[in-house]
Amino acid sequence: MRTMEMREARAMVKAMRSGAGRAPEGLADAVLSEVGLVDSWTEVEGPIGPLYVGWGRDGVSAVERAGDPAGFEADYELRTGRSIRRVPGMPPKLLAQVRARLQGERTGGPPLDLASLTEFEQAVLRKTMEIPYGEVRPYSWVAREIGRPRAVRAVGSALGGNPIVFVIPCHRVVRADGRIGEYGAGGPDAKREVLACEGIDTDELERMAQRGVRYVGSDTTSIYCYPSCHHARRISAAHEVGFRDAAEARSVGYRPCKSCRPLEGTPFAA
Amino acid sequence: MCADCPDRLASDRDAGFPLLVAHYQDLVYGIARRSTRRPEDAEDLAQDAFVRAYRALGAYEASRIRELRVGGWLASITLNLARNRARRREVPSSGLEAVVEPPDAAPGPATLVEEREADTVWQRRLEALPTRFRRAVELRHVSGLSYPELAEALGRPLGTVKSDVHRGVRLLRQVVEQEGIVAKREVER
Repeated sequence: MRTMEMREARAMVKAMRSGAGRAPEGLADAVLSEVGLVDSWTEVEGPIGPLYVGWGRDGVSAVERAGDPAGFEADYELRTGRSIRRVPGMPPKLLAQVRARLQGERTGGPPLDLASLTEFEQAVLRKTMEIPYGEVRPYSWVAREIGRPRAVRAVGSALGGNPIVFVIPCHRVVRADGRIGEYGAGGPDAKREVLACEGIDTDELERMAQRGVRYVGSDTTSIYCYPSCHHARRISAAHEVGFRDAAEARSVGYRPCKSCRPLEGTPFAA
Repeated sequence: MCADCPDRLASDRDAGFPLLVAHYQDLVYGIARRSTRRPEDAEDLAQDAFVRAYRALGAYEASRIRELRVGGWLASITLNLARNRARRREVPSSGLEAVVEPPDAAPGPATLVEEREADTVWQRRLEALPTRFRRAVELRHVSGLSYPELAEALGRPLGTVKSDVHRGVRLLRQVVEQEGIVAKREVER
C-alpha cells in the first residue's frame, strides 16, 4: 500500500513537472536588451539604399550602409564592447525618430549613444548635426565652431570615424576649396549622391569654388553667406555678389550671416 | 543548479547576468505563467522580474550575491511582482475581465494536444487547492525548487514550506481520488 502511494505520488509529480512551461524564444534577448547588455540592429531604408541601424539602452549607436552583417557586428562589438544581434525591426518610436532625421527634420531625432567616442569626436559630431539638410560647411567651420580652429585635420578624422552615418550628416562637411572631400560611407561618389538627394548641386559648388567664389552676398542686405546657406539661395541673380574671402566681403561693407556663420578667413582654413 | 552563477555575478554582474537569464528563464516564466491570466502578461512579468533582479544585483555587496540562492530569490521577485500587479489591477477593474478572458486560447500543433490536455487537467486540479498549498506544490513540484529555495521564495521558514507542500500533495491526491469515484459512478450509470 505504501509503495503504491509512493509510485502514485511520483507519477503525479512527473505529470505536474511536464507542465512547467518553456520561456518564449525572445524573452532572454528582451531582458538583456532592456538592461543594456545586448544591443540590437536591423535594416532600415536610407536615402541612397538600405542601412544597418544599431541601437541600445541609450539610443542609436550605429548606422552603416548595408552590406556585410558579420563585419558590422564585429566592428560594433569591438568599438562598444557590447554584443549586438539582429532583430526583425526597430521599436516604432525610435524608427520614427530615425526617419525624421534622415528626412532632414531638425527636431525629433533619435537619442544618440556616442559614449564609445572621445569628447572631441563627440563635439565634432554634435556640431555636424547642426548643419541643416541641404547645406554644406567646410571642415574648418566645424573646427572653429567647437572652439578648436586649428584642429581641422582632426575634425576630418573624427568625421571619417562617424559611427552613425546619415543620421549624423558627416556628408554635409566638405573641403573649403569647394571640393567634395572624402567620405567614409562609400567614397566621394556616394557623398555626391546623398547631397544630390538633399537638393545640393555639387558640380555647381565646385565650379564656383574654381572661379574663386567662397561666399555669396546680397547687395540689398549686405550680408554674405556660404553658397548653400538657405539665405544665400534666396538671393536673386541680379543681386548676387560673389566673394573670394571674408576680408573682401567686409572691405565692401558686408557682414557675415548669423545663420551659417561664415569663417573670418583664418590662415589655417583647409 | 547553476552552482557557479552567484560567484560569476559577484565578480562581474554584466558577464554573469546573461548566464543567469539563460539558466532561469524557464523557471521565472513558468512562475509568471501560473500567476497571470494571459501569456502576454506572463512574458511581460518575467521580463520585468529579470530587469528588477539585474538592478537589485547592482546594489548588493559581492558577499551577499555569493550567498544568494538564485532560484528562490528570482522566484520571490517574480511572485512579489505578480502580487503587486494583481493588486494594482484590482482597483480600477469592474471584475469583467475575469469573465471575458479565456484562459488558454492559442491552439498548438497536433502533437502537443495530448500533453497540453494533461497540463490543463493538472492545472485545474491544482486550482482546486487553497492558494497557500497550491503555490507551495507548484513551486516545489512544477518549477522544481528545492525546499531551501522554496523557503526563500515564499519568505517562510523551511519547516512551514515543507509541511505546506506535503499538505498540498495530500489535498491534491484527494482531488484525484474524488475524480476517480465520480468517473466510476458515471461508468456504472
